[in-house]
Amino acid sequence: MEEVRSLVEMETGSKGEIVHIDGGEGMVRRLWVLGVIPGKKIEKVSSIIGRGPVVIRLGQQEIALGRGIAQRILVKVER
Amino acid sequence: MGKSVIFTQLSGIYAFSSNYPGTTVDFVRSHVELQGELFEIVDAPGTYSLEGTAEAEKIAARLVEDADIVVNVVDAGNLERNLYLTFELMEKEKPMVVALNMWDEARKQGIEIDLEKLEKILGVPVVPVVATTGEGIRDLLAALSKARVSHPVSSDHARRWEDIGKVITEVQKFSYRRLTWRDALQRITILPGIGFVFGLFALGGIFFAVRFIGEGLIEYVLDPLFQGYYLPLLERLSVLLSRYPLWHEVFLGKLIDGHIDFERSLGILSTAVYVSFGAVLPYVLAFYLILGILEDIGYLPRLAVFLDGFLHRLGLHGYSVVPMLLGLGCNVPGLMATRVLEDKKERFIVATLITVAIPCSAQQALIFGVLAPYGITPILVVYGTLLVVMIFLALLLKYLVPGFRSPLVCEIPPYRLPLPKAVFSKLWIRLRGFLRDALPVVFLGVFVVNLLSLSDAFSYLTRIISPWVAHALGLPQEALLVIALGILRKYLAMGLLLPLGLSVKQLVIASIVLSLFFPCVASFVVFLREFGWRRLFVAISIMLSFAFLVGSLLNLLL
Repeated sequence: MEEVRSLVEMETGSKGEIVHIDGGEGMVRRLWVLGVIPGKKIEKVSSIIGRGPVVIRLGQQEIALGRGIAQRILVKVER
Repeated sequence: MGKSVIFTQLSGIYAFSSNYPGTTVDFVRSHVELQGELFEIVDAPGTYSLEGTAEAEKIAARLVEDADIVVNVVDAGNLERNLYLTFELMEKEKPMVVALNMWDEARKQGIEIDLEKLEKILGVPVVPVVATTGEGIRDLLAALSKARVSHPVSSDHARRWEDIGKVITEVQKFSYRRLTWRDALQRITILPGIGFVFGLFALGGIFFAVRFIGEGLIEYVLDPLFQGYYLPLLERLSVLLSRYPLWHEVFLGKLIDGHIDFERSLGILSTAVYVSFGAVLPYVLAFYLILGILEDIGYLPRLAVFLDGFLHRLGLHGYSVVPMLLGLGCNVPGLMATRVLEDKKERFIVATLITVAIPCSAQQALIFGVLAPYGITPILVVYGTLLVVMIFLALLLKYLVPGFRSPLVCEIPPYRLPLPKAVFSKLWIRLRGFLRDALPVVFLGVFVVNLLSLSDAFSYLTRIISPWVAHALGLPQEALLVIALGILRKYLAMGLLLPLGLSVKQLVIASIVLSLFFPCVASFVVFLREFGWRRLFVAISIMLSFAFLVGSLLNLLL
């Protein structure tokens, strides 16, 4: 079974594929140049307490995404 | 990352480098001769794209336009992401060489890259290098003459990542590798809870390590040197100069109980030299040593990640921790580092916070020096007040300067072991900068104060400064005059406060007012250059009003 969740809702340590990014043009562009785009496989590494950023691993790089934007990135979670 | 290290290797001119994106925010030029031809090489700030919006990214894009040959420094451990910029550069149709940096590290991580295939696909020379050891730099230089315009790339930008993906599957292979202690540490220090505690310890650790090293240097190295060798020298000079009171006053200052007192005599050779080298330099050294190590390990972006949640509530970006930390060393590099921030308003807010509430290491050294005899409480009051002011001001600006705050998006570099050589050259360059920029101004300041106190000007100026302000702050008028001199260099003013015989309360208020009220000449110039007159005036009115309000409030409360 597959389910779609935002990066914030997704469990730390789980993996999935980005399916949708619901952000403004500027935001999508910034994520785009880093390779954070629909179709990419990611792993959620951490979610910092105190409404801090979500950290994901994408290929060989770790990327921190502020809470606001992490909520708008939807991931198809692998089971 | 690693462009600046390669630049240093190529040119022999030192360019600052660290293990996180955004160390270079300006460009450095140098020349190298190669086979009888003179090349000008330019170290550009790093960027993910030529269409970036942060100031530093715009500079990088401009430099590419002006360049005849582009040396595209690519992190071998992160080829895929780096190919994005590479493709953009290929579209520019400029002769290019790809330097595949951190080649050794990528191999250790089990990443294999087929160089020949990559060269064939891109159509430009690809040279593996290890910038930190200098491996491959010779080949890179030789490859400059073979730089050529790449094969054309598809202009379909929407499919760019697909195209990159195809290249990656052809040239890159992974082999299994065992997890190392570094992977483990990386995992642990980014975990939600443990990582947070680790971050707090790191911040506390910086503070105590700086104090420990600074105090150690003073107690075991500098004080013995000054008391044992320098003081006897000055005492002899004092005898020689006793026939020329004017020169005695300027160079050695007043005798306190018949002797030279480093803290209170106020001569160029006595107080100015002692305060600069004996009291301030050890702390500046300690701070930059620790900062350099943290930078090269790659801890700063992690700190930014942990503080983002908190800073976001203040209307700030997590990454603004980096300029602020640099500002704790000296406000000038802190102000420059705001160039990594995406948004203009955000840049202005962080720059204002730095100049208002962040005392530089030289000033902190003297805050410690002056207040330490009274225990830890007054020091905590000073730091606590500055922190409260910073939070309050940030919240105020959040509402006064409305607008969209861009959320944090940042790459976290893997931890790397700092190379002692790299750490020490960075430390040396920073200390040299401090000595070269600060010392002449401080000597001049002491000289001027001496001239003023010899003539009637001192008492005259003191009378001009409003007694009303002095009364509100609970400080003598002389202290206000001295604080005004802080415009030259803040620590100069702290040093000049010593002979005034202020009470603890007055010293605390003076330290805070001095931190808040005005940027020193160097920060003033940089602020003006980066933000223009209008914003500078806004910042300065904030500073003056905060200095007065907070100072008067403390005078009432304490």
